[in-house]
Amino acid sequence: MSIMGTRVVRVEDPVFLTRGATYTDDLTDERLTGALHLTLVRSPIAHATITSIDVEAAREAPGVVAVLTGADIDLEAPLLFAGAPKQMVRPWLATERVRFVGEPVAAVLTEERYQGPDAAELVDVDYEPLPAVVDVREALKDENLLFPDAGTNTCSVYNKEDPDPDFFADCEVVVTREIINQRVAAASLETRAASAAWGDDGRCTLFVSNQNAQGARDEVAGWLGVDASQIHVILPDVGGGFGAKIGADPEFALVAWLARHTGRPVRWSESRSENMTGMVQGRDQRQTITIGGSRDGRVKAYRLDVIADAGAYPRLGVFLPVFTRMMAPGTYDIEKVDSRATVVVTNTTSTAAYRGAGRPEATSAIERAMDLFAAEIGMDPAEIRKINVVAPEKFPFTTKGGVEYDSGEYAKAIDLALEASDYATLREVQKARRERGDAKQIGIGVSSYVEITGGGAFAENASLEVHADGTALVWTGTSPHGQGHATAWAMLASEQLGIPVDKITVRHGDTDHVPRGGGTMGSRSLQTGGVAVHQASLELIDLAKARAAEILEASVEDLEVDTANAAIVVRGAPGSPTVSFAQLAEREELKVQTVFDGKKATFPFGSHVAVVEVDTETGKVTVERIWAVDDAGPVLNPLLCEGQRHGGIAQGIAQALLEEVVFDPDGQPLTATFADYGFPSAAELPSFDLVTMETPTPINPLGFKGIGEAGTIGSAPAVQSAVVDALSHLGIRHIDMPTTPLRVWEAIQDAVKEDG
Amino acid sequence: MIPVGFDYARPDSVDGALALLAEHGEDATVMAGGHSLLPVMKLRLAAPELIVDIGRLRELNYIRVDGDEVAIGAGTRHHDVETSELLATEVPLLPAVARTVGDPQVRHRGTLGGSLAHGDPASDLPAAVLALDATIVLRSPRGERSVPATEFWTGVFTTAKEPDELIVEIRVPRTGTAGWAYEKFTRRANDWAIVAVAVVDGRVGLVNMGSTPLRASATEAALAEGKSIADAAALADEGTEPPTDTAGTPDYRRNLARVLTRRALETAAGR
Repeated sequence: MSIMGTRVVRVEDPVFLTRGATYTDDLTDERLTGALHLTLVRSPIAHATITSIDVEAAREAPGVVAVLTGADIDLEAPLLFAGAPKQMVRPWLATERVRFVGEPVAAVLTEERYQGPDAAELVDVDYEPLPAVVDVREALKDENLLFPDAGTNTCSVYNKEDPDPDFFADCEVVVTREIINQRVAAASLETRAASAAWGDDGRCTLFVSNQNAQGARDEVAGWLGVDASQIHVILPDVGGGFGAKIGADPEFALVAWLARHTGRPVRWSESRSENMTGMVQGRDQRQTITIGGSRDGRVKAYRLDVIADAGAYPRLGVFLPVFTRMMAPGTYDIEKVDSRATVVVTNTTSTAAYRGAGRPEATSAIERAMDLFAAEIGMDPAEIRKINVVAPEKFPFTTKGGVEYDSGEYAKAIDLALEASDYATLREVQKARRERGDAKQIGIGVSSYVEITGGGAFAENASLEVHADGTALVWTGTSPHGQGHATAWAMLASEQLGIPVDKITVRHGDTDHVPRGGGTMGSRSLQTGGVAVHQASLELIDLAKARAAEILEASVEDLEVDTANAAIVVRGAPGSPTVSFAQLAEREELKVQTVFDGKKATFPFGSHVAVVEVDTETGKVTVERIWAVDDAGPVLNPLLCEGQRHGGIAQGIAQALLEEVVFDPDGQPLTATFADYGFPSAAELPSFDLVTMETPTPINPLGFKGIGEAGTIGSAPAVQSAVVDALSHLGIRHIDMPTTPLRVWEAIQDAVKEDG
Repeated sequence: MIPVGFDYARPDSVDGALALLAEHGEDATVMAGGHSLLPVMKLRLAAPELIVDIGRLRELNYIRVDGDEVAIGAGTRHHDVETSELLATEVPLLPAVARTVGDPQVRHRGTLGGSLAHGDPASDLPAAVLALDATIVLRSPRGERSVPATEFWTGVFTTAKEPDELIVEIRVPRTGTAGWAYEKFTRRANDWAIVAVAVVDGRVGLVNMGSTPLRASATEAALAEGKSIADAAALADEGTEPPTDTAGTPDYRRNLARVLTRRALETAAGR
């Protein structure tokens, strides 16, 4: 019986539920014996010139071994995004100017951790405040520059062509609107952490909390100016990443540099307050959407203009509008699509990837546009989507975004979601409540989405070794931090070899064992790393057959795997001699190393229907139900897949309703604690109704697409749309995310005022 | 998130605690459950030189009937208030409000006296105690005095309690079957209230509508005059000065106060 598609329980969980995880900060590794503790003095001001830094008092504080400023560090300041203007480098420790609240200014090293914050308070920094640039439109004016040498706040422009004034000329109806895809925080429960120790061999062992050991190694080595082989990165358990732990943080290299400088291991783990200003944040696009078409519901032209906020120092966030532009038309077959994006720096925390990374921004924009267009011509939002989606016979379909969608049945996904939710009945309930004039109204939102998974590194490697005791070991270049690869990759090997899942160990995140790997991001792991394990299993079988042929005195063509016994047998010859993988391993190392290259990304898709209740007297929104069709091809393990969908849907609902990183006009963060930042708990979420649909991709032999981010991408626009729909009878066409009680109530007040 | 260094004392009696407070004055801070104090210390917004931990003083942990009142020891945990059968019968508002404080961990640590002494205008229990017309009993080496709840809170996080005083008891009138309700409005289940309204026996307490917990006096007067619930509730925000933050503007909070007061009064009338 095949193990594929079965609900194998996570092999990771017993340890997490009993002993608990071992995060970077929990390590008792002997290489870290005698480590110093790093505390960073961080700027309390968003934009200022530093006139002096006095560290003398701090140096005298108990337990202090060293206090350093930027002047002490002999490394070139790094440009954190290669495509940004070269002046926009981030100092290791700011010396002349600070550009966001939380920027490191001095490093305090103490014998004991608790001594650090006391000493850090004694570092006396004089700041001369500069006007803070917080709003992207303000940044565009280039009146106050973050990097005067660069001469501009703009760090990237995608598509410099002027928009065609006749773009919408043949459209009967054109609707345009500015909308905001707000900034959010990953708020991983494990904050950032790094520990470094240099060995007598001149190599640095660097333990970090990250989503990609190999990427972190290469970046840190580059910044330190050493060969990558000199850095050995090890990832302990990672307590959440959501994209914010892609790539190395400059603090990692600083920790390694300080360890080399002092000749002692150095440990660093940030506080929650530091994390809420120091760790990269996500989204933050101001979008102008314009949509045109005919009154029969056919959309002919769509334009998306984006201003994205990179934060103070350009990082991956500068690139993400590329994904947004690529996915601009979403699931729709639109004749003309035009988009452009400008990315600017502001005196805020840097932005980078966050669950979906550029694609949710595209989806939310086109979905709002579809709703606005539908409202303008008086058509049902589900209907307009079905009219405009790409027809199934058109796949592979090259979009006006210049992307080839591999496979999809978008209208079917919408139909499944409508059917599951009994859409027509929901509309009846809504009508009845409106007629009664209830204080609590309901709204129904429909989303249709397609996204890119595995859009970064298309290839991934795996090694597989069977041991003489019958166990097997897999090393993968992916980097699970909650996704369940230890279970999933073991299933893939078990399926081919017949070795039980509990005898297969899956390891990752050690660059000495896996020198190459793309990590876990962009929902890439299963379709790259998982398929690599599948491929490694087939290659190991080939190797085993070649060796077994001699032992069994049979030709390779006559051999097959007996998965019931994890052995090679002669086909059609019951009772004849066999040799198990374990026996083969006893004679000679039985190990393969392989790389699977899918060469392309895949495009999972789906449709969500959300029902919300809006209390029109208070503005409070409650999500009542959400039905989700998330098609990522065949499902390897429904438990893991559902877990990804649940987390994703929750995160999308959170963006739609609650979460927003807010800075005041001076650049002071107003949401830097968990009391202020609005991520949801289970109490704010309904149970989710998951609908199954599986359309394989042709780009890998197992047909897998990615599922990690899909739920987020589908749920946010469905819920936002439902909130607006609940109030559409008041003439409300749009409310920006997050649709907080305050914002919803204010929208109602404005609508009632206009009406009156 | 490491606090400034401090000294720590855990006296084994109320008298021992009072002696320490008398000796150290404003340098000492009393800690009961610690769930309000420790976070601000970790953020270094508070840096007391001495913590006087009264969390284990069992003599402050009781709920008993005393004449027309229920006497509650200041060290009584929110969880004990929440689950008290005596309070469920005699002062049903109080367990209902306690149930909305934080999460179960917070309710097993936090105390009624601690919540009142902390004086956070966004806290639930102060407004409930205010609506109940309770009395707060303070003790110091100088003796004992009783302060009506209406006079206890003097500003944001400030109270009528002197540095050498300790809240030892809260005396709450037995409201019995009088109508009551608590309407708490939050973004998320465990959040502080954006606004909340406690109603009992025609009295109305407001959470987070000013620098202290407040009574909706205009509403109470209107109710006493026999006005309708809707008309009375429309006055709930009179005389308030609600704060501004990311969760709400003053106008929004005023609206919430009116809506929640109406709903609470309707619920109370139906009990």
